[in-house]
Amino acid sequence: MPHSVSADSSHRDEEDLPDAPSGGEKDVAGVKLEDMFDDEDEDFPASNAQDMKMESSPAPSPAGAPTATPAGVDTDVMLAFYQRLFPFRYLFQWLNHGVVPTKDFGNREFALTLQNDAYLRYQSYPTADLFRKDILKMNPSRFEIGPVYSANPRDRKTLRGGQMKPISKELVFDIDMTDYDDIRTCCQKANICHKCWAFVTMAIKVIDSALREDFGFEHILWVYSGRRGAHAWVCDARARSLPDDRRRAIAGYLEILRGGSQSGKRVNIRRPLHPHITRSLDILKNHFAQTTLKDQDTFASGEQVEKLLGLLPDKSLNESLRRKWEASPDRPSTSKWADIDALAKTGKSSTLNTSALRDAKQDIVLEYTYPRLDAEVSKKMIHLLKSPFVIHPGTGRICVPIDPLKAEEFDPLTVPTVMELLGEIDAYDAKHPPAVAPEGGADIEGSVQNDQDTKGARKLQDYEKTSLKPYVDFFRSFIANLLKEERAGKREREETAPAVKADPMEF
Amino acid sequence: MIRQDANRIDPKRRATIDHKKRQFATPTYKQQDYPHRLNLYDTPPTAEITLEQFEQWAIDRLKVLAEIEACSYRNKSPAETEAHITPLLQKYLPLSSNTASPNGAADPRLKNERQKDHYSHFILRLAFSATEDLRRRFARAETMLFRFRFQKDDSRERRAFIESLNLDWEPVSEDERNQIAEHLVSATPGLRRVDEETWYKVDWEKVAELVERRSVFMRRGKAYVPGREQLSMIMAEFTARLERSLELTSRALPRLDEDDRLTPILNHLSKNFGSAESVYSEAEGHVDGAAITASSIDSLAQHFPLCMRNLHMNLRKNNHLKHFGRLQYTLFLKGIGLSLEECILFWRQSFKGKTDDEFNSQYKYNIRHAYGDVGGDVNRRGRGYPPYSCQKILGDNNVGVGQAHGCPYRHFSVDNLVGLLQGTGVHDKEVLRGVREDVGKQRYHIACNRVFEWSHKTEIKKVKEDGTWSQADLDTIVHPNTYFKRSYLLKSLAKAPPRGEA
Repeated sequence: MPHSVSADSSHRDEEDLPDAPSGGEKDVAGVKLEDMFDDEDEDFPASNAQDMKMESSPAPSPAGAPTATPAGVDTDVMLAFYQRLFPFRYLFQWLNHGVVPTKDFGNREFALTLQNDAYLRYQSYPTADLFRKDILKMNPSRFEIGPVYSANPRDRKTLRGGQMKPISKELVFDIDMTDYDDIRTCCQKANICHKCWAFVTMAIKVIDSALREDFGFEHILWVYSGRRGAHAWVCDARARSLPDDRRRAIAGYLEILRGGSQSGKRVNIRRPLHPHITRSLDILKNHFAQTTLKDQDTFASGEQVEKLLGLLPDKSLNESLRRKWEASPDRPSTSKWADIDALAKTGKSSTLNTSALRDAKQDIVLEYTYPRLDAEVSKKMIHLLKSPFVIHPGTGRICVPIDPLKAEEFDPLTVPTVMELLGEIDAYDAKHPPAVAPEGGADIEGSVQNDQDTKGARKLQDYEKTSLKPYVDFFRSFIANLLKEERAGKREREETAPAVKADPMEF
Repeated sequence: MIRQDANRIDPKRRATIDHKKRQFATPTYKQQDYPHRLNLYDTPPTAEITLEQFEQWAIDRLKVLAEIEACSYRNKSPAETEAHITPLLQKYLPLSSNTASPNGAADPRLKNERQKDHYSHFILRLAFSATEDLRRRFARAETMLFRFRFQKDDSRERRAFIESLNLDWEPVSEDERNQIAEHLVSATPGLRRVDEETWYKVDWEKVAELVERRSVFMRRGKAYVPGREQLSMIMAEFTARLERSLELTSRALPRLDEDDRLTPILNHLSKNFGSAESVYSEAEGHVDGAAITASSIDSLAQHFPLCMRNLHMNLRKNNHLKHFGRLQYTLFLKGIGLSLEECILFWRQSFKGKTDDEFNSQYKYNIRHAYGDVGGDVNRRGRGYPPYSCQKILGDNNVGVGQAHGCPYRHFSVDNLVGLLQGTGVHDKEVLRGVREDVGKQRYHIACNRVFEWSHKTEIKKVKEDGTWSQADLDTIVHPNTYFKRSYLLKSLAKAPPRGEA
């Protein structure tokens, strides 16, 4: 277990650290199980903090022995990741909107999926340290972030009904490739390749520009979901406090495709086009030419051709198109798309309404490229969404942030996996041998060492040795911007707040 | 955001009196001079009125609100409502515009009218803030009243009123308007020319419905709303403010307990309003002389309205009903006069697949609870809950798979509804066509009453000719138990003709 060494063990780095599970592990597992089912957790966090200090070895997995998760990300690797790489401090600052712990973090719900697939809801943590400690102890395969409640979620059972209300959460969006299965030809289900990732790229562009330009949101964090999708977290104070009906309004504003795959034409929009749609069309036009027509060659199969013809308005034009395409079955989609206009121009169809055809073509572009959001996720404040930077248990990839300005450069297939990252730390440590070798075994010296690695002005953190660094740096600068505005907003609130105390006798 | 605090003071101009000193300062109230006919009721009244005025004004306003609610409840069109309400308003709660008097707003008559409107509103707030249900109904009726008056208002006065509200609406300058003219046209449906309208920039949260339908232009968090959406925005503002203050009032209400002059009046008022909706009172559904027992339900079912007949048929078909179906049906049966013992017997016999143990452990308690035989003190004293009215049944908007409660007119697809009607013997093409039409217009009461009138047409004709039943006895049915009672009486009259001396 080369990596499973608590990174905060610097204060006792002289201690002889056992590199094998200690004898006390069985007991620990017992305690942990109890904790897991103990809903009250009254003496949390004090007792747990104690546990951690008493432990001479890092917390073992709940089952007592390492069990492999589906993709071979075993519990040790998971633990090492949390210990050495997971940016707890930044995650805390992000959710806390400041450095001093507040209710924004303290009353925030976390939901942990444990290694045995148990699902622990309503976890909350007063500080970043306690958060980190509990995550290390539980070693969840992933965890999700819920809303900030009016009271501490851990106290929910002591409160009378209706007293714990969600009061704020980031406005979130979820794009998932499975919703695109009927229009992508390259992959199905959980698989992705560069060709179909393009759909996510264009979705990010469209949604991002709408949120910024139309709704005036500025702090939008896009996160790769680890396999085949992306999440957006809109973190502006104004977005966080939106009630559910306003969230539904935004989801409705952004939703253009309605109905399922069986309901025929899914885009039915009013003319003239709303500016949001006009802008989206401008963004999507080129993507349609590249992705739908070229890369996916969507209209190659007979079935898809029929679907396309079903979306075109003019019967006689459709007839001539069908004849033409049946004559040359290998005709690529790009040519087929061009044929529509070419044949229309010849004036063969007397009934042809050119503006109807133009509208239909616009609708088709939208139907094949416009973002397919999982709207339910956005509509409810209490919806839980997977935290950034956790590991996708299936792929082992980290849920890293995506820079929307460089959305096109983002390649999901090169996102680092947890195994690669741990390897990079070892490689780095091998190349940069510590100045003073400690007494401990060679295996663990790197990690112990790095805490006191005083090379340069400050010690180098583990993530900085890996390809995770640019992502964490991006996250950090995102948070810095958010905090800057948050501080300005707070000052303003404090200046005006005392004047407006609600008078209960005023009806 | 909504500028919530009209009295919010600019931090620089905030009075810097020490709050300790302020505590002993004499309160200075804002003098109400009512420059406008309309009122958003932001400032509570502070002058003194007599106890008689207190009660009389409240009752007058209540009469108007009750009628307004009854109109919406009977699906009257806006024009019908207007015709119905205008004389009542004139009588109980007149409110003239400034132009009605040569002296304008200074006329004492106008002042008195406005004062009465203002005070009565706040008195009723006290009376109706106690429960969630009352608050909701009060807010709805008040909003309708406000809308009605707003639409009737003189357009110049209306503009002056809106300006006085100091809402967070920023007019769009002509330059800006011309710049984005193209966007405005394409974003706003039903608009021909941009310069016809006054445009306002508001926070988009205020017009969330417009945003959801994508029928407003958005830029950087601001929605560009044309002047004609004013009504809906004012209404939203009115409702939002009222709901918020009702919530606050309800929290302050316990302090009123000490006042033994007002509390009885207020309680009396809220009870009166209560009867406007659920027309059902204790004896309403009971039919004298009808032997109602567990075994007679099957034969009585022909008098049940469609919702209950549907439940009954489902019960007989599956020997089971899901929770909400049982609840709706049990309360209805309670309403027609089935005793608790008989009711338990009825369900026991109906649930053929269940053992006694299962029945007693899973179902019996709920039945007894509905009758107020068990449960908390309030439930027992109130003898359980009242039978559901049509409004309550219609309000249930998610009848799930395998559930049979709700109103078939509302919750069934039209084809299934027609199938069900035919199954209960309604074959008349004309009636079915009418039902389809009513349901399409969401006039579910009307559809149900149409079926009632058709299936009792001979009897109705007869009692009308006899003059034994007045028109009031044949008013629109808005409660399943009324349906049963009327149907039962009509049919038994027909069976025994020379009984009608009452």
